[in-house]
Amino acid sequence: MTTLTEPADAPEVQRTADLLRFATAGSVDDGKSTLIGRLLYDSKSIFADQLESVERVSKDRGNDYADLSLLTDGLRAEREQGITIDVAYRYFATPRRKFIIADTPGHIQYTRNMVTGASTADVALILVDARKGVLEQSRRHAYLATLLGVPHVVVCVNKMDLVDWSEDVYEAIRAEFSDFAARLRVPDLSFIPISALAGDNVVHRSENMPWFDGSPLLSHLERLHVASDRNLVDVRFPVQYVIRPQSHDARDYRGYAGTVASGVMKPGDRVLALPSGLETTIASIETAEGPVDEAFPPMSVTVRLADEIDLSRGDMLCRPANTPTVTQDLDAQVCWMDESVPLTVGRKYAIKHTTRWARAMVKDIAYRIDVNSGHREEGPAEIRLNEIARVQLRVTQPLFVDPYQANRQTGAFILVDEATNKTVAAGMIGSPAHGH
Amino acid sequence: MSVSHVLSQLRSLEAESIHIIREVVAEMQRPCLLFSGGKDSIVMLHLAVKAFAPARVPFPIMHVDTGLNFPSVLDCRDRWVDRLGVQMVVASVQDAIDRGLVREEPNGSRNRIQTPVLLEAAEKQGFDALFGGGRRDEEKARAKERVFSFRDDFGQWDPKNQRPEIWSLYNGRVHQGESIRVFPLSNWTELDIWSYIEAEAIDIPDLYFAAEREVVDRSGMLFAVNEFTPLRDGEQAQVRSVRYRTVGDANLTAAVESAAGTLREIVDEVAAVRLTERGATRGDDKVSEAAMEDRKKEGYF
Repeated sequence: MTTLTEPADAPEVQRTADLLRFATAGSVDDGKSTLIGRLLYDSKSIFADQLESVERVSKDRGNDYADLSLLTDGLRAEREQGITIDVAYRYFATPRRKFIIADTPGHIQYTRNMVTGASTADVALILVDARKGVLEQSRRHAYLATLLGVPHVVVCVNKMDLVDWSEDVYEAIRAEFSDFAARLRVPDLSFIPISALAGDNVVHRSENMPWFDGSPLLSHLERLHVASDRNLVDVRFPVQYVIRPQSHDARDYRGYAGTVASGVMKPGDRVLALPSGLETTIASIETAEGPVDEAFPPMSVTVRLADEIDLSRGDMLCRPANTPTVTQDLDAQVCWMDESVPLTVGRKYAIKHTTRWARAMVKDIAYRIDVNSGHREEGPAEIRLNEIARVQLRVTQPLFVDPYQANRQTGAFILVDEATNKTVAAGMIGSPAHGH
Repeated sequence: MSVSHVLSQLRSLEAESIHIIREVVAEMQRPCLLFSGGKDSIVMLHLAVKAFAPARVPFPIMHVDTGLNFPSVLDCRDRWVDRLGVQMVVASVQDAIDRGLVREEPNGSRNRIQTPVLLEAAEKQGFDALFGGGRRDEEKARAKERVFSFRDDFGQWDPKNQRPEIWSLYNGRVHQGESIRVFPLSNWTELDIWSYIEAEAIDIPDLYFAAEREVVDRSGMLFAVNEFTPLRDGEQAQVRSVRYRTVGDANLTAAVESAAGTLREIVDEVAAVRLTERGATRGDDKVSEAAMEDRKKEGYF
């Protein structure tokens, strides 16, 4: 039996480096685009033709310097309106890691995009303008990062050059942010004073702020330990697809393909199938290269079982002594994402949870959450675009769920409008993220 | 590495792509993989093989044939089809020109007129999901496109009206006539693709490898001298060591000077290059800043 390892002949970088996903939030004024441009530029991830285009446009606009924020301006519609309308993904790599940036605009109307970007992020990067201090927007970003279960929050206090590199200004912001973040229970919070425009503490250590003894942003991101953030305890394997070759030599083959949501699975492990409740043993775990010794998130594998049991897409394998909650009643926080029709009690939606689709009806809206203050407003009649609420749902068939804060895979769902087929809500099951 | 349960970046990307491909097959009625014979569509097909092993790839592939293919690309395409035993649909641009569905563009590019041909074939075949090899690092408009990208009755993309894509809970629900373009390689970069091709020893057209080829220099772009790009009056051919970073239409795709004759050398070269692959070699993308955005809205790949 072989162990699934990295492709043996991969270049050094690809073989040893892992993947880190981070989400940035902030408005243009915070210097977010400049920061990303700076990260790409100083880590040599920008190509000559991209830079040339930025320099040309900057010159056309009469700028004195290359406006690195232009690197992240995407669509013509945005350039024309001077806004960012959607989540943009960017990539860069260092010898230690490959980074995927989900770049989201920070305006209040784009809570939807921030939720999208944060949903898969290991790290949330929040920008604070040193001159303005902690704003309502900063609090909203921190709240959403926590709600979405992002394990690490890095606050970049930007534009330090405009406050004379003042340690006092930085410390005041740090204290204020820490104070309210404590109430949100951010698992890992750190602060870095930077100047995205000048490049201080982004890739290279700042000589203007000798009082800061932490790492520059890029080194910090390279060293963040994210492997332990994944849930390796609770085995959850949603069956995605059943592989049954239609050929003579493999007629008896039956494999359950899927992505490990959490936990570590090994051949020989006893497993319980849901919803049937039948128990069996893992005969083997396979990939296209052959059998492997174990499977852990986010591996995509094919599981073969010792006994033929009834198991199909939407079902789940777990350990007999560690099962998710099997329920048709969900208590969840939802972020509403549809601009035209609000969420109201009594409406029915399609719901997708892991690999299972069902229908869900809204039984109750308990309260709406003010994302700026964290305050609750009891008993609202409806929930509109970019609002977050705690709701009760009744689902047409049992789902196999865990609290979102314990499991970002089995605690999450989306709601889809059955008439338009649009994705209208992101849902997080279980206890609220904050400490109210 | 598996002791600490950390997946390398290539294995993470592979796992994500396989998840996406399986999700489409599980939920869509009639998926199809757009196959150009270029490196990205080859990697995508390789991943599809992995996703369903030991069963066969459970959907057909479609080649939108501009009639302007490099012969070595067609050879490679046919090797893949033979090896996998997949069904291949060929949608011919030349045939569409002959029928009057589309008209040849003055500059000889068939890039834009591929779109109606693609849409017609997809509609005729009833495909409700088309896998494309697009990557978000390629281009600004792609950086904002979803993995599951909704297309209306006319195959059009509306960047302002995209479905939110949260976690890996993809929504492929469509009405009759609508479809989804799916980009399993969204999060791969050019370097990832090459590193993976090397690591997995994937069969690609030999055009990607450097060799002594007869070329002509046109405003700094090197075009191979062949039936698609014959010498013009007054031009001088020269023999140089070149390779192709992308393989588009033979009459428009330029080569780059290179000594990279092996996959390892290509990976090293790509890691060091300072031009995006489209900026370096694709005449068709230089038309305007928003060229790709416009083509995508019309239903381009």
